Amino acid sequence: MNRFNYLFSSTKGLILTAISLIAIVTAVFQTLSGPMVEWGIKDVTVKLLGMDLNPQERAGRIIMLYHTIAMAVVAIEVYMITSIVPMRRHEQRNINMFITVGYMTAMVFGLGFAYWGHNFTFHGLFLVGQSLVFFSGVMLAVALNPWKKEYYVTDKEFAHFKSGMDMERMAFFVMTIAMLISAGYGAVTGSFWSNGHETFLAEDLIRDPHKTHLQKAIIGHLHIMLTLIAVAITLVVGRWLKFKGVFHKIAMPFMIVGTIVIAGGVWSVVWTHMAHTFIYIGSVGVMLAAFMLVIFSWKKLIHDNAAEMGYENPNFIQKLKALFHDPIKFGPGWQMVFMNFTVSGVGIFMAIKLEQIFRVWPAREERITLTGHWHILAALIATIIIMYYVDIVGIKGKIRKWFGWILIIGSDIAFASMTIYSMKRLVVPNEVAQQGVVNTTMLLTDFGLGAILVSLAILLGWKLFDLFQKDGLWKKEAENPELEAEKTSDPVFNLKRESEFNTEGGVK
Amino acid sequence: MRKLVYLFFVLFAFASCSKEVIVNQEVKPVDTGVNPDEWVLVPAGHFYYNMHAHDAVIDNDYEIMVTDVTNKQYAEFMNKAVAAKAIKIDGDSIKGHYPGDPFDGYLHEWKIPEGDYVLMPFGEPGSHIKLVDGKFVVDKGFENHPVVMVTWFGAKAYADFYGYRLPTEKEWAKAARGTDKRAYPWGDEISVAVTNFKSSHNAIQKMLDAKIGRTTPVGYYNGKKYGDFQTEDNRSPYGLYDMGGNVWQWVGDDYPDVHYRYMRGGSFDNYEYNLFVWARNSAGPDYYGINVGFRCARDVKTETVTEVAVDSVSADTLKVEEIEVKVEEIEK
Repeated sequence: MNRFNYLFSSTKGLILTAISLIAIVTAVFQTLSGPMVEWGIKDVTVKLLGMDLNPQERAGRIIMLYHTIAMAVVAIEVYMITSIVPMRRHEQRNINMFITVGYMTAMVFGLGFAYWGHNFTFHGLFLVGQSLVFFSGVMLAVALNPWKKEYYVTDKEFAHFKSGMDMERMAFFVMTIAMLISAGYGAVTGSFWSNGHETFLAEDLIRDPHKTHLQKAIIGHLHIMLTLIAVAITLVVGRWLKFKGVFHKIAMPFMIVGTIVIAGGVWSVVWTHMAHTFIYIGSVGVMLAAFMLVIFSWKKLIHDNAAEMGYENPNFIQKLKALFHDPIKFGPGWQMVFMNFTVSGVGIFMAIKLEQIFRVWPAREERITLTGHWHILAALIATIIIMYYVDIVGIKGKIRKWFGWILIIGSDIAFASMTIYSMKRLVVPNEVAQQGVVNTTMLLTDFGLGAILVSLAILLGWKLFDLFQKDGLWKKEAENPELEAEKTSDPVFNLKRESEFNTEGGVK
Repeated sequence: MRKLVYLFFVLFAFASCSKEVIVNQEVKPVDTGVNPDEWVLVPAGHFYYNMHAHDAVIDNDYEIMVTDVTNKQYAEFMNKAVAAKAIKIDGDSIKGHYPGDPFDGYLHEWKIPEGDYVLMPFGEPGSHIKLVDGKFVVDKGFENHPVVMVTWFGAKAYADFYGYRLPTEKEWAKAARGTDKRAYPWGDEISVAVTNFKSSHNAIQKMLDAKIGRTTPVGYYNGKKYGDFQTEDNRSPYGLYDMGGNVWQWVGDDYPDVHYRYMRGGSFDNYEYNLFVWARNSAGPDYYGINVGFRCARDVKTETVTEVAVDSVSADTLKVEEIEVKVEEIEK
């Protein structure tokens, strides 16, 4: 297998390609805002790349930018799902092919349209790319069909219905269907663009008493898409960390019902005022499922690492040492716990205290809190993906520990600081005194994010260097392209047919 | 790993050592050469409104202040209005009467009933106006800075006292943008030389404390050089200063179904996208902040004046000055 095939057809290579493209887009486009403007770096980027930044089109540009990044993230999750969830090989190949062409087309032409003048051919191709991503989602839903008997659980330790139907597969299936419908919410509204529907950022509408149905649909769309991306990564992490047993059996029903209720609640926002009630109920289900995963994974880490570290009957301190022994596997669970303080907790607190606190603040401050909390959720998901990728490429020893702790500590400092920054009025009511808080939290945020980005740059630099090696690690990855995961079902065993399933990476 | 933990603690301690912020520290007065008592005429007609540049029209001519209301102007108002018993000192704030908002009972809408409301607190950090021996005085050097820490009630009370009013959002937007589709009052580009916003490091900030955002005197960015800091002229097409940056400006509208009042223009504490002529902020009418001020508008009675002049006197027998004197007499 040559390098091109590795990067564009193997699961591990496809993930690397998508992470690299996201990193490049993030590196370039983050120079256009925040402190980068003060430092004059924005001007350099604009001049160097010949960008056309019409101020009137800023909202549209931002929308295009996060769509391109989000689609690449969805692609990464899809690559992971098609590798760790049993399905036919041709299904995996087709889904991966369509989503790869789709997100890349959307990324290149979407950004081209948004940042380099309005060439409407580019906009058309951006839509083509998105359509391909959507089509690959339809194919994924078909491939994930949980009613197919060959995908019934073979190990009863996995959550299953009475018939043997795999509950985790059902959770993946429900998430995929919900995502397709939710994408449709965005697509239908987007199709009215400049035909009665105008570009806007949801955060700019927060205090408008009267919103149109299309505006509500867009607000629902952006919330549910991010939520479902979070649901997807939670399910993927479960497979990575070999989630099974009683906690799995408790978690999966909650995950399935929670996903359906949240999605239904968000869709109902267009017609009812009850959306938040449904979202709270659904969120409890999804968060409980994630909580089960955290308990399971930490118990397993303590058990496995304690044995590896030679503790026969570990005391409390030894258990802690075992838990923290591998930050890359400890990290996803921790980030899910941490998320409650910076995302879910903040969101619920905002909803409860909206009238008493947040609507008393100036709109621009409420806006910071809102945008802060969904940026943090997106970034936490990104750190979990990176952790999984570090495990996929087999980084071991001290580098693995350093990388893991920098990711955890760097991101947590940044996101905690950002949360304090956005909530500064709660802790320091006086606006003058807040300026000290702003300076400190901004510095810590920049420091934390900088640490993560530098680590990621080193990782990707190393992978790039490796690609130029004749017998680099990429070759080994190319020969063993699937992700190692304990699969919930064994279609080969169920059907007694070997070659057509993606079972190579499975640990039986 | 231990080293890493130490490193984080050291960095945290370093980051926490922000200088103490002394907002009311005296500054050397800066003469910008811009007169805050000036008004300009904005003629009736079409203009492009908001981000999507919808065609809009304002039917009447109106005048609007060239600059934000300054601390000096606001202190003078308070002294006069207290003497005239139009407003009153109540504890650590100044209060005025407001007849209340119509209440529609809409989702998230608050009742604003008739009553006395805070116009401006004094003695709070951030305010540059103090009550000394029963008189309102301004911190030295801040006389020609825009007044801040003023509620919407406070802005309205000032306007009402002098027979002015707060501009509507549309009037504000037209005064800022003129009749083209520009993004900022001065054009489509922004730099630290043209206005006071989050990225600014202007001469005033350097003089005080580069780490903290500050108001600049009204009309500061007018092409003059202050020390080694060369400014660019930030006037809008109608000649208004600081319509983007320095302080948010209250506008007058009270829309149905909401209790919020709106602000325009962005401030020294905001990034550039808050300074677009269509950017909007809002808060309850009792909100005050270190970056919120206002300017006033007033109607122009051109048509009335012409009619009165023609009806009351023989226009061809009087000179222009005589007509004006006559009109003033009639208006009185």
